[in-house]
Amino acid sequence: MKRRRSLLFVPGNNPGMVANAGVFGADGVIFDLEDAVAQDQKDGARILVRNALAVLPMKGCERIVRINSMDRPIWLEDLEAVVAGGADSIMLPKAQSRAEMEELDRALSDAEKRVGREEGALDVIALVETPTGVENSGDIATARRVSGMLLGAEDLTAALGVPRTVDGEEISYARGRMVMAAKAAGIDAIDTPFTDTDDMEGLVKDVLFARSIGFDGKALISPRHVEAVNRAFTPTDGEMEWARAVVRALEEGERAGKGAVSVGGKMVDAPVAARARKTLAMRGEA
Amino acid sequence: MKILRMAVAGSMESNDAMVTVEPSNELSVEIESVVKAQFGDAIERSVMEVLKNLSVDSCTLSVKDRGALDCTLRARVETALLRGCEGVR
Repeated sequence: MKRRRSLLFVPGNNPGMVANAGVFGADGVIFDLEDAVAQDQKDGARILVRNALAVLPMKGCERIVRINSMDRPIWLEDLEAVVAGGADSIMLPKAQSRAEMEELDRALSDAEKRVGREEGALDVIALVETPTGVENSGDIATARRVSGMLLGAEDLTAALGVPRTVDGEEISYARGRMVMAAKAAGIDAIDTPFTDTDDMEGLVKDVLFARSIGFDGKALISPRHVEAVNRAFTPTDGEMEWARAVVRALEEGERAGKGAVSVGGKMVDAPVAARARKTLAMRGEA
Repeated sequence: MKILRMAVAGSMESNDAMVTVEPSNELSVEIESVVKAQFGDAIERSVMEVLKNLSVDSCTLSVKDRGALDCTLRARVETALLRGCEGVR
């Protein structure tokens, strides 16, 4: 199981940032070939990221590349380069439909075959950032290879014609819809970045809210946010203690032939047991 | 592959290299680097490898290195060469 508490965006044409991307403690790095790269530098970024992927050690850090969207012909060149370079996952911006995800899957299989990688080696994270994408998130989430969905609130609110606010009321429907679609499909729900790099208090509030409604992690645009986001998506000692007690009670109940057990006076049913096991797994205890 | 026009890739920022290529009837490589004394040979070897991989045997190529890693240097050389021969590969 990949941990995706924190996925850090890094501009694909900045050699210093690309080289250092793995040192900040993020669970994953998203090398960006799309919005962070000027139009006339797309080729340079693609070649730089391909070369860096092939040689830079990033132990334990998922290497994701955000390619250009499928409405631009260069997405296929991006795909070819990053599959050859050895990326773990592809992020598709402006993911809007099941048909697109299937086209991406076929293109990935072709590229994997050409460069000699195992078929299906690369995962896909769908970046949902349009109203159509939000409404189709259930179809997108269940497409082959899709192992996560990221909400892109900047583009979404631009499409909605509304300002982005710190409270995020304007994206509450999209957040809820994405979480439901992702959880129903059994994939990761990743929240939109918090874009004020100086407002640490706002970040913590935002990330705790995201976790409280079911997100598994958050994308980041600043290395300064990594620690706070990892902490927020890691079970606390108290949560771990509760989870251990639940699992212990279940095991003891099973040995004693009891059909039902309780912890702290509360009945442990299947969803509670599943939550406890998931909590333990999040800190590597399952 | 033939270099048809002048092309540039990279930047003068630290950790990067600026690579310029121009058409020429012979091969000439010029390297400027703050670490030339220590790594000049390695930089030249990498440049020559990229030239060979892309089958470029004649051009004037200049590297202004600002502490680029080898993977960055190779990327910038490849980008400059591809820009210099656009449409003729």
